[in-house]
Amino acid sequence: MNLKMVGTSGFFIVTSTIQPVIFATIAFYMFRAGGQPGTLLYAALGAGMMGVWSTTLFASGGMIQWQRWQGTLELSVGSPPPMALVYFPFSLANACIGTYALAATLVWGRVFFGVPLRLAHPWLFALALPATVISLGLMGLVLASSFILYRYANAMSNLLEYPVWVASGLIFSTSILPGWTRPISWCLPPYWGVLAIRHAALGGEVWRPVGMVAALGVACLVVSTATFRIFETRARARATLSLT
Amino acid sequence: MRGLRVFFVGGLISYRALFGWMTPMVYIPALIVTPIFQILLFAYIGKAAGAQSDGFYVIGNAIQYASVPCIFVMSQTIADERFFQTLGSILISPAARLPLFLGRALPVILNALFVAAFALFAGGLLLGVTFSGPSWLRLVPVLAMAMFSCTGLGLITGAIGLRIRETAVLGNVLVGGLLIFCGADVPLPALPAWMAQIARVVPLTHAIRAARAVAAGASLRSVDGLLAREGVIGIVYTAAGFGLIRFMEWQSRLYATLERV
Repeated sequence: MNLKMVGTSGFFIVTSTIQPVIFATIAFYMFRAGGQPGTLLYAALGAGMMGVWSTTLFASGGMIQWQRWQGTLELSVGSPPPMALVYFPFSLANACIGTYALAATLVWGRVFFGVPLRLAHPWLFALALPATVISLGLMGLVLASSFILYRYANAMSNLLEYPVWVASGLIFSTSILPGWTRPISWCLPPYWGVLAIRHAALGGEVWRPVGMVAALGVACLVVSTATFRIFETRARARATLSLT
Repeated sequence: MRGLRVFFVGGLISYRALFGWMTPMVYIPALIVTPIFQILLFAYIGKAAGAQSDGFYVIGNAIQYASVPCIFVMSQTIADERFFQTLGSILISPAARLPLFLGRALPVILNALFVAAFALFAGGLLLGVTFSGPSWLRLVPVLAMAMFSCTGLGLITGAIGLRIRETAVLGNVLVGGLLIFCGADVPLPALPAWMAQIARVVPLTHAIRAARAVAAGASLRSVDGLLAREGVIGIVYTAAGFGLIRFMEWQSRLYATLERV
């Protein structure tokens, strides 16, 4: 149901297809201007991952807020299954819509910039992509749980979009970032996800980043189960569940 | 005198009424923090690509990000009146339309000016790009001209917002389009010829070039041609936006669609 809702929203179609294509176009021209056209597939994958993150972020923030506006949040909270279980499929659907972004930037790059789509390890790419999407969905679940207490979910989403793009090095190597940002990158599933996808596409070690992205996904699931429980209890105690 | 009152007081009251929800909890993430990270993102892509200096991206993105308040806020200033069912009361008033709508643009321009200046300052500080005191003084009119022309584009989206519901989608596409075309991250000579032609007629392009020159020490006189072009673009977009609003007003009276949301 959430897949249908998000998939027909003009805002999310723009976020998951047009916006990544815009960033991919800029990156293509920047790499060309810098005399590095060989990195265009690298840029296309990075721009696609930016779209996956944006869609997950805005949709995860939005799902609690929309339910608030529609008056269905109380019904979801009051239902017998744990909240994390109720919202996990929502979050996963959001991340799946995000894969439109990756498809859009690869097709755009191929058609308009002649980016070669030969993958170094196609089978590992087929493994790395769903692992990354599921992990990002689980990270979205952690964010969604915090939005139960926070009424400015959209502002929070705005706050987290660019910093995660930068800290994860989605479109450039994190080695050019200041050294103190390295531990932050290591804690982010998109960092390992883009590494896994990039190595599967361009060559390099895939299993370690795939393992890390899976481990961080499990960690996010554990954290979100706890945070959903804590934040739900607090929202009930303060009577702020339906606060708009 | 009445026109001036409608322009200044009406514009201020409308801004306060429609954007009362823009508390620091919303304003700071969206208009203070995000532009700084946009600057960082493109500066690091630029480093990875070996393209331009940090200063190039600080100036380009600080000015380009101000298109977010210019386009979104300006279009919401008009579209939200319809959403709150107050547009009819405004349009039925005898107030002249020109000060009525242009007055609403003034707070938008001032807000965008602040957003761009702060991003310039903070982005520069983080990346070690410094601007001298005289450069700051020369940058103010350049930024103001950029915000004026971009608010003209916001007026057009506001008018279109009287017809369509998804103004946020339209705004996102326009802001993204400006990011490609206005030369914030890709210099015009690096774009294909047809894209460079489009770039010359969209808001911000000439102002960004002028700002880069002024920050490098050029005088305002030496960039007056660029500023004049930016000003003409601003006037054309504002006139088109105003004309479109009048057209939509006439259409909505004709088809009784003024408050259809």
